[in-house]
Amino acid sequence: MSGLVDYFDRNRETILNWFGWHVWLSVLPVVLGLVIAFPLGWLARRYRFAYGPLVSVAGLLYTIPSLALFVLMPGILHTRILDPVNVVAALTVYSVALLVRVVADGLAAVPEDVEMAARAMGYGPVQRLFAVDLPLAVPVVIAGLRVATVSNVSLVSVSALLGVPQLGQLFTTGFSRLVTEPIVLGILGCLLLAAVLDLLLVAAGALLTPWRRAVRAS
Amino acid sequence: MISSIVAWLGDPAHWQGPDGVPTHLREHVWYSLLAVVVAAAVALPAGLVIGHTGRGTFLVAGVANAMRAVPTLGLLILFVILLLPHIASDLVYLLPGEAVLVLLAVPPILTNTYAGVQNVPPEVRDAAAGMGMTPRGVLLRVELPCALPLVLSGVRAAVLQCVATATVLAYVSLGGFGRYIIDGQQQRDFPQMASGALLVAVLALLADGLLALLARFVVSPGVSGRAGRARPGHARALSRARGRFHPAHTLTTQELS
Repeated sequence: MSGLVDYFDRNRETILNWFGWHVWLSVLPVVLGLVIAFPLGWLARRYRFAYGPLVSVAGLLYTIPSLALFVLMPGILHTRILDPVNVVAALTVYSVALLVRVVADGLAAVPEDVEMAARAMGYGPVQRLFAVDLPLAVPVVIAGLRVATVSNVSLVSVSALLGVPQLGQLFTTGFSRLVTEPIVLGILGCLLLAAVLDLLLVAAGALLTPWRRAVRAS
Repeated sequence: MISSIVAWLGDPAHWQGPDGVPTHLREHVWYSLLAVVVAAAVALPAGLVIGHTGRGTFLVAGVANAMRAVPTLGLLILFVILLLPHIASDLVYLLPGEAVLVLLAVPPILTNTYAGVQNVPPEVRDAAAGMGMTPRGVLLRVELPCALPLVLSGVRAAVLQCVATATVLAYVSLGGFGRYIIDGQQQRDFPQMASGALLVAVLALLADGLLALLARFVVSPGVSGRAGRARPGHARALSRARGRFHPAHTLTTQELS
């Protein structure tokens, strides 16, 4: 244990720098993924013929191993292999693949009587989407975001094999010097980051759906 | 990029010997398959029992979720370093490699199995018990076939995880398609890296397609809904399906026709 603290103290700046990179590389793809997946998921929900193709393409993309995607990205984006942009782009592809289905299913889970009530109250299609359908889809979307974010934290660390700066560098460092301290620190860092991001998403979900608490309290 | 990959894959020198595509394909498939088989041997019975009794689901779901966050690469390297002073042979790399893959493959099979068993409608379970089936019979002849689609999708997820992660094993001097990525990185040989990446991706897609196909054949038509659709040959499909589960029925339908 004291070995861990020692190692952290001696390399504080590097580790914190890598931690910062890790946060960015895990979170940014989910944000971008949601922004891209939202209209696609809406399309899949709105036009039934679009659901099948969109979900199958998403499934295929999700099948491609992450390390393979990290390696292929420079060829597609014309970036350097070390560029963190490759990781963001690859993980964005995953997040979109996961979230398209989540958004579509979340919107589909809105009860029909609620939709009809909204229409009867004079909501237009756009208004209904943002004021009724989306808030009701929040729990499902949050569940998808949690999966995407937590798995990203672990996937990001693999990019250490290509030399991208983040906590995974602690693993390769540990292997080249055959010491366990940096590796344990790296694993703990990843677990901590995943737990914090997960809790933040749960809290955001609770804040966005106040009516769920009201129902439970009564 | 495409032309350099085509050139690399088209070179006959890359298709033979200990560093050839067939060798690394065999290694990659072997690592993944072994891990999935071991994981299924553990997770399937455990999942059936958990689903049948309803005990421990909360714990299992929590642990399975937390496993998602554990960085595989870190765990792999940690295991290797811890074992290094104790084992002299190549097992010092293979054991941690397989252990990490098994750890990844267990959660999807386990959670899908117990969810599948729990999703069996209670009236189906009651009907089976009412027909005089023992609890063991209900589990193996009713709950398991009904849960099979979910179980298989868990296996599918496990296979994909393993194929994807087996790539990383090359970092601790094991084989598989990851060799091309790791070696290519060291030799600054991008075509080799990209070809390795493409091979892994193709293998993953093939494995996924194969398992989807398998699911079509293994799952009872009564469960998948294929037998329910009214169409020509419907009765034949149904009797064939019944024949598969109760050989005695095949005789009678043959006699009738």
